[in-house]
Amino acid sequence: MAILIIAEHDNSTLKSATLNTVTAACQMGDELHLLVAGEGCAAVAEAAASVAGVSKVLLADNAAYGRQLAENLSLLIAELGKDYSHVVAPATTTGKNVMPRVAALLDVGQISDIIAVEAADTFQRPIYAGNAIATVQSLDSIKVITVRGTAFDAAASTGSSASVDSVSPAHDAGTSAFVSEEMAKSDRPELTAASVVVSGGRGLGNGENFALLESLADKLGGAVGASRAAVDAGFVPNDMQVGQTGKIVAPDIYFAVGISGAIQHLAGMKDSKVIVAINKDEEAPIFQVADYSLVADLFEAVPELESKL
Amino acid sequence: MKVLVAVKRVIDYNVKVRVKPDNSDVDLANVKMALNPFCEIAVEEAVRLKESGAASEVVVVSIGPKACQEQIRTALALGADRGIQIETEELPESLNVAKLLAKVVEEEQPGLVILGKQSIDADNNQTGQMLGALLNRPQGTFASEVKIDGDSVNVTREVDGGLQTLNLKLPAIVTTDLRLNEPRYAKLPDIMKAKRKPLDVKTPADLGVELKNHTRLLKVSAPAERQAGIRVASVDELIDKLKNEAKVL
Repeated sequence: MAILIIAEHDNSTLKSATLNTVTAACQMGDELHLLVAGEGCAAVAEAAASVAGVSKVLLADNAAYGRQLAENLSLLIAELGKDYSHVVAPATTTGKNVMPRVAALLDVGQISDIIAVEAADTFQRPIYAGNAIATVQSLDSIKVITVRGTAFDAAASTGSSASVDSVSPAHDAGTSAFVSEEMAKSDRPELTAASVVVSGGRGLGNGENFALLESLADKLGGAVGASRAAVDAGFVPNDMQVGQTGKIVAPDIYFAVGISGAIQHLAGMKDSKVIVAINKDEEAPIFQVADYSLVADLFEAVPELESKL
Repeated sequence: MKVLVAVKRVIDYNVKVRVKPDNSDVDLANVKMALNPFCEIAVEEAVRLKESGAASEVVVVSIGPKACQEQIRTALALGADRGIQIETEELPESLNVAKLLAKVVEEEQPGLVILGKQSIDADNNQTGQMLGALLNRPQGTFASEVKIDGDSVNVTREVDGGLQTLNLKLPAIVTTDLRLNEPRYAKLPDIMKAKRKPLDVKTPADLGVELKNHTRLLKVSAPAERQAGIRVASVDELIDKLKNEAKVL
């Protein structure tokens, strides 16, 4: 049986998390179908049809799916999903919101946030904030799964020319409605997809000082993140949080600036290829996981680093 | 309006988790246990709704062995009115938990059910959403603000790109994120008072739910440890190492 992958998108572009999920799904089976559910999202379906490994795109274009409301989307995915062996989505806030509803409607369990595929029914996933790795076998006929994007390479966004089939069911539960959103506007790459991440912690002292990190990130073409302490202190918005309950990142270089290194922060970045820590406290736990540790005043070291790069 | 809060007993978040030598699971013997932090936020939110007059009663429910009564008492000390323990030998999987909670909801008929978005042991982030599907009720997950507005509730959610606000028709399900509130500390008189608050014990059979395994845990292993690297003395040395040793610049 084929595998149904739920595309992450904003009605205009296919998000890169989808590509990592395709790679994970490839390891579960051969025939991959990608569902694009949204409103006015034909361009996304077109992009989805060229993703390497995808043999069919299902397009559900309806106002009920425009805001990815879980109540409506889960009814659609559960209806389509009953004919598949696996229903797989990225473990983004959208995937996390919708997929457990799908699982419950199909009366199956869900395996969340997988980081490896051992067999078509057996997966590895982090538990206890990544302090242990569980190997879990699904006993259900339909496997509902969310995928941690940073654990899988992105599939090529070109190479396939899958058919695009429109699917008609319009499910509107009528119980929830979109009111408003405040989305961060930034020209920088997405945190979870950036090859360089510069993160700041409580050591920055205030939100204005994050400008130091922003200019370093811009010089390196990177994204800016933050520790929970910096978010809780109100320095920066929540969508910048890296950690167990925030975003999980695994860039080529991670700069931890003025971050002490609480367990919950490490859970979000310890799979980075190279970790650089800059902190004036030489006892900071972050130094125990950093490849390169610089004990220095960040307000001197960061501008110096930027100017010399 | 009645508010139902589901809470879970988990390892205290300050405890360092260790994997058992036989890789069968993590070692929870003689480890300090506590109320899951997200569940604590859920209790606090429910109590605040009651204090503001939006809620009339706060009922707290937990599923597990008798020891979880300790966490129910903690929630009662924070201001919940009464407790329900659903006695099980082990901690059931999310879908089973959701099915048990759905039965409690049918009996109690709360206008709002508040849960933590995830427990810090299994990190599944599933139960609230599954409960929503089973009851065919709307959900506001990862909430950072909850505002009751007549027969609906506005929930602001922490999503990947920022914040999103939804309007949900009551009855509804809310799951909490970290910044919804800062839970209070229970005062000694409240802890004493909590001991006398009613606590019912039920079994899955009482609720007519048969527990079913959907997964099998094959192995639990420790993650690859990251070794500490080296100290660099200056920014120049750092740049040199990144360029010539790590080759990432």
